[in-house]
Order: sequence, then structure tokens, then C-alpha cells
Amino acid sequence: MIGDLVALLGAGVGGLGGLGGVGGLGGGTVAGLGGPVGGQLINLSPHLPILPIVVPLVAAAIMLLLDERVRNAKAIIGSLTTLALVIVSLMLVRTITGQGADGVAQVLVYRLGDWAAPFGIVLVVDRLAALMVLVTSVLGFAAFLYSLARWAIVGPRFHSLFLLLLMGLNGAFLTGDLFNLYVFFEVLLAASYGLLLHASGRARVRAGLQYIAINLASSMVFLIGVGLMYSVTGTLNMADLAAKAATLGAGDLALYKAGFAILVVAFLTKAGMWPLSFWLPTAYSAASPPAAAIFAVMTKVGVYVTLRMLMLASGSGDATGIVELISPWLLVGGIATIVYGSVGVLSSRELPRLAAYSTLISSGTLLAAFGTADERVIGASLYYLVASTLAVGAAFLLAEPIARRKEVEAVQVVEPVFGDDFETNLRSEFEGYEVGVVIPASTALLGGAFVVCALVLIGLPPLAGFVAKLGIMSGVLAHETAVSALSWVLVSVMVFSSLAMLLAFVRKGIEAFWLTGEETTAEVGSLEAIPIGLLLAICMAITLAAGPSMRYIDLTSAELTAPTVYSEAVLGEQQ
Amino acid sequence: MELVMAIGIGVVAASGVWLMLRPRTFQVIIGLSMLTYAVNMFLLSMGRLRIGDAPVLESTTGIDPAAFSDPVPQSLVLTSIVISFSMTALFLVVLLAARGLTGTDHVDGEEVNA
Repeated sequence: MIGDLVALLGAGVGGLGGLGGVGGLGGGTVAGLGGPVGGQLINLSPHLPILPIVVPLVAAAIMLLLDERVRNAKAIIGSLTTLALVIVSLMLVRTITGQGADGVAQVLVYRLGDWAAPFGIVLVVDRLAALMVLVTSVLGFAAFLYSLARWAIVGPRFHSLFLLLLMGLNGAFLTGDLFNLYVFFEVLLAASYGLLLHASGRARVRAGLQYIAINLASSMVFLIGVGLMYSVTGTLNMADLAAKAATLGAGDLALYKAGFAILVVAFLTKAGMWPLSFWLPTAYSAASPPAAAIFAVMTKVGVYVTLRMLMLASGSGDATGIVELISPWLLVGGIATIVYGSVGVLSSRELPRLAAYSTLISSGTLLAAFGTADERVIGASLYYLVASTLAVGAAFLLAEPIARRKEVEAVQVVEPVFGDDFETNLRSEFEGYEVGVVIPASTALLGGAFVVCALVLIGLPPLAGFVAKLGIMSGVLAHETAVSALSWVLVSVMVFSSLAMLLAFVRKGIEAFWLTGEETTAEVGSLEAIPIGLLLAICMAITLAAGPSMRYIDLTSAELTAPTVYSEAVLGEQQ
Repeated sequence: MELVMAIGIGVVAASGVWLMLRPRTFQVIIGLSMLTYAVNMFLLSMGRLRIGDAPVLESTTGIDPAAFSDPVPQSLVLTSIVISFSMTALFLVVLLAARGLTGTDHVDGEEVNA
């Protein structure tokens, strides 16, 4: 009977899909998808790539119609939407990996309005895009649940803004058209301005002013780059750009390379590469916790797009010379970012600032790894991307419950943590105590989560951060010919950043949990604890399941370094 | 004509950048607006500057597409204008909020005594 219901549902949805397809009303056809994908229930599967964009958009629109005081309905709609996003992204990953079990890469291409590329806009789902959408959905789900505890109602329209940010993120990861990328960048930036300013206040508005100004300027740079690239090739489709660029004459090629470099500057501003990163710590540490957690994925958009454009340009043996032009800058800039982030981490006294500088360190590591243009290194760095993004999100979410335990004065008195008073106080306080001091559950949970989060970010065994950093370092050093000096610099800078984060996190942990003083037992609700636990559990899970994860990621990097699969899927018959 | 366009875009962009680096928020916003003007003119000129090209096709057969103006840069500029002006409006609201909360229109949120 269930089977009949399922079949009925499938037939109904299929009928709707057919209507849509015939009418051409936003119908899409999929190239490269063949065979059943697990039964009649998933008749939605031809439209799977558009769902991560459309579902949060519709939900956000519905929520805008509801009055501000209607909180429960918004909470329920939002939770269901973010949960649906997680499920859809899991289905995308399953679709990508399920077919092509023989290792042949499969790429889902979704044509908007059924216009053929390169004239129409396409959504392209390959392994990397599916992975990024999955990370976004998981982090979005966790941050949204966390916000329902207390942060969502502090300011107006939080739920809608959050879902629109998720829509922008998913769109930026899935699109295959450069100007469509600009539009989704603006969608996610506009939502992020609202989220940064959420729960107002002097510090936030000051940070917001600078954040908006720098992002508007980088959008202008983006447009200049896109304009230059369009003017010489006549197309905006990413795959077609790479194909046409290989056939350009010398003068046009120079303009194209200039446009490409200008474009990459805009992405690197978003990613937080060193000279362009001074806005990041202020803005991210000022944001409210759930907003800051989802901002951790926003830096990764810049990193992702840089990688995508670079890998597409490397097709046909880097005929345009772009990879040769850009990679050294990425390597050097990434190293500088790691150093800047490490120094910043040592200078931070509060956890949000610590987490913001950790974001910079993870961005820098990723950019430097992409700058080596080595397939193994790129694979390990994608694993690092997943682990560090989830851990940074958890760190932002942890910051506020930890700060709740202590009364913080308005002016931070800079005291040495390892002062002499510490030991004598400890001894006198514990004299005469009975064995077994009761630790409140909330403190234990927060402390445990802090330790796990710190371990992943620092890169200490046995968690995912260590596996990832080890992978990157061994990939960088395992070169067939001589290892360059810059590679040695990269490895030593990565070790230095781990040391700096170790010092900073240990100091913060001691200050937050071990020092006795004026503290209250923080009340940590389950809505706050569960998302943090979920993010850290996933970090641990990808360590335990490191085999399957690395297999997926190795196939991802193999697919990236052989971009003909992407181009053929998008441009298809015209090739 | 390219020379006039290039000089115009350059001067407007340079003025915009100079204004953006000034210490008062109103100057920053005007600078951003000027920068968006420059970038929009730049995008429009990406379709090659020609005088007298018809924008609408006369028929779908028997015509030379190269005799008509390029529609794509025009749509790019439209999108960019719309997005920029809404961002400028948002920025103006944030400017007012900052003025109210910090009591000053200095970009750093406090008067810096040189």
C-alpha cells in the first residue's frame, strides 16, 4: 500500500514535471544523467539542481508575509526548509557518486529555461559543487537551530535574511555562468549586510559600515573583470570562456588575462587574502553568533570560485598561461595570510575574534594549497576546507555561551594569564575540599566542545584537522623533482600557524574554564547545544570515515584537474 | 570616441576612489556612486562603441547580426545599475544609523584628532 502511494505521488510529480517541461516554464533538461536513481519516489530528480536555490527563496518569501510577532510558524518553516536543504544536498551527492561507480565522472547540468549553453544560463553540479552545497546546508541547519534559542528574535526579519543568504550561497556554488555568479554574489552579500547588522548596536553598525563599503568596492572590481573577459570572448559561460580563451590572439589574450586577474582580486577580497583581509576580523567578530557561523562559509565562496576558474583555465594544458600567472600569487598571498592570521590569533582575547582569525588561517592555507596547482594537494585541501569550515562555525556558536559564564567588564584589563597569583589561589581554594567537585553539565559540555573545536582547528591528532594538514603538507613535499623553497616556507608557516593557534586556544580555554573568579553557571539550552554537537560530531565522523571521504575527495580533485568533463557536459553537442 | 569615453571613465573612477578614501561617510557614499557610474560606463563600452547601430533586430532572417548593437552589455549594465542603487540605498540607511549611534559622521565611528 505504501508502494502504491509512493507510485501515485511519483506519477503526480512526474506529471507536473512533464507539464513544466512541455510549457518550457522554467523547465530544465539534464545532460549526463541516465538511469533510474532509486525508484519512482525521486521523480523530482531532473530538477534537483535548482531546488537548493528555489526552496529557501520560496520559504523566505512566505515568511516575509507573516507578521514579526508570528515566531513559531517562522521557526517551523525555517527549520523544515534548512532540513530539506540538507536532504536535497545529500541527494545531489548521492546522484553524483551513484552513477559513475566505475570512476567515470558525472556532471549534472541544469539548463534554466531550457536554453542551451552558452546562450542560456546553466547550473552545473559536479562533485565539488555538491560538496560545497552539502557543507553550506549542514552549517545552515546548525546555525539556524542555534538561532532559534534566542538570537532569531532579537532583530527583525532574521529568518528570511538567513534563508536568502543560503539561497545566495547555493546559487554561487551551483552556477556555471559568470554574470549569474555576480548576481548570486550580490544576493548573498545583501543578505549578509542584513545579518551583520542584526541585533544592532554601536559596534555592529560600525563594523557593518566598513563591511558594506569594502564589499561594494569589490563588486565593482568584479564587474570590471567580467566586462574585460566578455569583451574579448563574447561569452559569459565559464566553460565556454575557458574554451574560447585558448583560441585568442596575443592582444586579446593580454586583455583576457588582465580581466581574469582583476576578477580573481574580487574573489580574493571575499576569501580574505592578506592585503585584502583587514575588514574580516572586525566584521566577523562583531556579527551575532548564528550570522558569524554562516559567514564562515562565505569566505569559502571566494576560495571555491578561484579554484573553479583556475581549474577550468588549466584545461588544454594551460594554453592561455593563466595558471602560470595566478598560481604564484596565490601561493605567496596564502602564506602571507597564514602569517597574518597566526599573529592575529595570538593577539585575540575573545573567542569570536579568535575564530575570525582562524577563518583567515584556513583561507590562507587553502589559497596557498591551490597555488601549488598539484592534484594531491588540492584533494587534501578540500578535506581541510570541510573540517575547518564546520569547526570555525562551531567556534562562533560556542563563543556566546562561553562568554555567558563570566561577567565581562566594558574595559578589558589585560592581565597575564600565567601570573604568580594563579598557583597560590588554586592551592588555598582547594584546601579542605572534599574529593569530587560537581561540575555543572553545561560547563562540561562547553568545555568538551571547546576542546574538540580547538583540536580540529589547530590540527592536532586524532581529529580531521590533523589528517587534513598532514595531507596538505605531505602532498606539497612529495614532489617528483626538487621541492621549491616556497613549498618549504608553506610547510613551516603551516606548522607555525598550528603552534600559534595552540597557544591562543589553550590560553583562552584556561581563562574561560579553569580560572576561578566571578562566574555563574551558564544556562545552555538544548537548541544551542545540539547544533554545536552536530557540527563537531560531523568533524569526528569524517575522521572516522576518512577512507570514503578521501575517496570522494580524490575523485573530486581528479575531476577538477581534468576539466574536459565539465566542458563537455556543459557545452555538450556543440563541441 | 574611445578616447573621450576612456578619459571620462578614468576621471570618474579616480574621483570615486579618492572620495571613498575620505574620512566622512557622506564622501564615501558619493565616491561609491561615482565608482558605480564609471564601472557601468565601462561595461557598456564593452560592447564596442559605435554610433547609429539599431538595438532591435528587423527580422530573424536575412540580416547581418554585426550591424546591430550588442544586447548583452546593455543587460549587464541594467542588472548592475539596479543592484548598485539598492546597495547605495542600504548604505545610506546604515550611514544614518551610524550617525545616530556614534554621534559622528566619521568613518571610524569616533573623531580622530590629528
